[in-house]
Amino acid sequence: MSRKEVVPLLIGVVLVVVAALVPYVANGYWLSIALTAMMYIALSTSWALFSGPTHYISLASGAFFGVGGYLVATGMSDYNQSFWLMMAISALVATVLAGLIGLATLRLSGVYFVIFTLGLAEMIRNLVSWVQNNFLGSRGLYVLTDFTEAHIYWMLLAVATAVFIFGWLIDRSRLGFALKIIGNDETVARHVGINTAWTKVILFMSTGFFAALVGAIIAPRYSYIEPNLVFSPELSFLVVIMALLGGTHRLWGPLVGVIPFTLIWEAISIWIPNFTTLFLGLAFLTIVYFIPNGFVGLFEKLRAKSRSWQ
Amino acid sequence: MDILISGLLLGGTYVLIAMGLNLQYGVARIMNLANGEMIVLGALASFWVFTSSMVSPLLTLFLVAPIAFVGNWLIYRLLLVPLVRRAKNQGQLEVDSILATFGMSFVLVGIVVSLHGEYFTYSFLASPLSILGTTVALNRLVAFAFAVVIGLVLYLWLNHSRAGMAVRAVAVNPDSAKLVGINVLKVSALAFAVGGAVSAVAGVLISTFITLDASVGVIFTMKALIIVIMGGVGDIRGAIVAALILGLVETAVATLIDPGLTLVSAYLIFLLVLLFKPQGLFGRAQT
Amino acid sequence: MSAGRTLLEIQNISKSFGGLIAVNSLSFNVKEQEVVGVIGPNGSGKTTVMNLISGVFPLTSGTIRLAGRELSNRPAHKIARAGVGRTFQLVRVLPRLSVIDNVIAGAVFGHRRRWGYDAESMATHLLDRVGLADKQSQPVSALTYIDQKRVELARALAGEPQVLLLDEWLAGLNPSELQTGIELIESLSNEGRTIILVEHVMDAIRTLCDRCIVVNSGKLIAEGTPEQVLSDPTVISAYLGED
Repeated sequence: MSRKEVVPLLIGVVLVVVAALVPYVANGYWLSIALTAMMYIALSTSWALFSGPTHYISLASGAFFGVGGYLVATGMSDYNQSFWLMMAISALVATVLAGLIGLATLRLSGVYFVIFTLGLAEMIRNLVSWVQNNFLGSRGLYVLTDFTEAHIYWMLLAVATAVFIFGWLIDRSRLGFALKIIGNDETVARHVGINTAWTKVILFMSTGFFAALVGAIIAPRYSYIEPNLVFSPELSFLVVIMALLGGTHRLWGPLVGVIPFTLIWEAISIWIPNFTTLFLGLAFLTIVYFIPNGFVGLFEKLRAKSRSWQ
Repeated sequence: MDILISGLLLGGTYVLIAMGLNLQYGVARIMNLANGEMIVLGALASFWVFTSSMVSPLLTLFLVAPIAFVGNWLIYRLLLVPLVRRAKNQGQLEVDSILATFGMSFVLVGIVVSLHGEYFTYSFLASPLSILGTTVALNRLVAFAFAVVIGLVLYLWLNHSRAGMAVRAVAVNPDSAKLVGINVLKVSALAFAVGGAVSAVAGVLISTFITLDASVGVIFTMKALIIVIMGGVGDIRGAIVAALILGLVETAVATLIDPGLTLVSAYLIFLLVLLFKPQGLFGRAQT
Repeated sequence: MSAGRTLLEIQNISKSFGGLIAVNSLSFNVKEQEVVGVIGPNGSGKTTVMNLISGVFPLTSGTIRLAGRELSNRPAHKIARAGVGRTFQLVRVLPRLSVIDNVIAGAVFGHRRRWGYDAESMATHLLDRVGLADKQSQPVSALTYIDQKRVELARALAGEPQVLLLDEWLAGLNPSELQTGIELIESLSNEGRTIILVEHVMDAIRTLCDRCIVVNSGKLIAEGTPEQVLSDPTVISAYLGED
């Protein structure tokens, strides 16, 4: 391993250790914010692994997250299964679902994909509510575990770390290289022998997998679950904004976006809750018009400028 | 029979919604995800004017259309032209315009919420009427009639006027249109503005029989998108057929199974289109 | 030079776009180590032939075989892996990758699936071969037009293709670059590579091609050595537009 690889790895290890210590210094309110941030770090980073290189904007995070949360809830409440089993099942279901969606839409232009994922969370929510009302009969689902906030936080940290390791491995693999080529020119990609459809589908499946895991882990936080709560279209948009705000062309980019955005979002939700939607819109516009490559892109541009000055 | 008539009436209004988006996407090449918010704004205007001064929504139309035209023209010129200019290729413009119009969509929802956070409820021409043994509300029928008239006017304008011909030329191929001396940016702005105005008018009509609120825009956008793709991008005839199909299927599902499943049925149609006819009902295979 | 066995067999291929017939029942063979030129007036369907061979879109009818293996209607990536490499009419480099990564891209996903040091040393060797040894680590956007074309050629070669398709690879070059370009392709041919080229530059066709096929309105109108076809009255009238 070269020096160039060892340094980021060490920084990564230190960051994970520091992050793991957060529950010992922060509790209550600050721990819950850290937990939310950790959740978005896992979701946005995993989102960017697929959408960064391919430029396919996925709005499916909310749907997969919902699959995770809902399956854990219904499995534990209606069928008396363990949390761990349901977590594994939900991740599997979401991965398969992502694969099917990918096969149907990723052969076509990016627009079809965005549109399909746009209403996905809402559509699945409708379907799940209908099935629940007509066939299962129960309304409320309880997720009762003895997990504390700190436990949930550590589990999310584990998922986030796994996402980073996965991203690092992808970056060094044929798959990652194929993805980069697709992002540059899909026609060339096909003509050098890349199965472009499968490459995209596999990466999209990974976002489904991780989003469902996060949804499953978050479920015990709420204890009482209904479809309206877990299938949230808003979550999909937040994931996209945070990833783009940080920058999707570096593995650590979304991390840089998540932390400030979570804090601002939290502040707005408390003080001026009526402005959250407006703020979401302004954030999108700011990204498109002023920081198209995110904070990381901005930072790299400034550094290049200061270098050329010297 | 009930399903057939209500379905067609619903489809008639979907035709209008989809026509607006079709002009914007087919000609200006902007996938406008804030289109649903134009509908909501039209509905809000109609609700306001009606509840404050009892003016008929059918008159409000003539106020809403020019305002929406100017508003959309400004949006195109000020916000979208910079994106068109900086885009190196169609793919980048697609991503940028999707993100930008998402932003506009949220901003508009945010504004509407702060203006009027509740449902836009009012009663206009709600008297029942019987056609072929089916009872329908008068307002639905009137809205349908207006949709037909507006659709016809739009069709005539596109096919029998100089400006309409320029619009169609840009829709077919912007690069060739440029070569024959058409100002593509100007025509795109025109198409975008007309599209927005049609959507806002659709909003006025819909508000007479459906209760809207600030957040439903995205559902309309979704449905309009499905119709446009099913009908074939830029294909007005396809959009009309697709809108009627969607109206019928949704009504059938809502009456026969469960009203909560209309979006699910729309998705099912969408999925079938993507799998079997991604170029649209009447579209040819892409080259 | 052209005594080898038949490598690429093209039988009665047709392609129509809606009502327009771009390629109409075209047949020709390419032997191992042969250089075949595809020529014809603008819009005659030359590039469509290249696109059909490399699988950009499916055939309407007909068959294409490479060394006996059926290629027709298989997806482009499988055709590439089977041994068809190509360059594009309008040069297509990967703009956000370095020069060497552009070439490695060709090596990694070809039928040999090279990776790591293997792919890198191959790319270095090929860059040297096309005359870009000193520009390896530059961003590809910093290159001149002919250098970008060289990168594209090296990328196609990196897949170790059995047949190389060059779609107007010499177009847009100035006279001195053109000479270099022709020499480069000639040296590839001397290595024993099988090449199909679509070209407008007649000098290049005379120098490089063992054989030419002439296409007009999607149909084959003449076949033979460059001298033969270029003096053929049907070919001349097709070029001058007398039909």
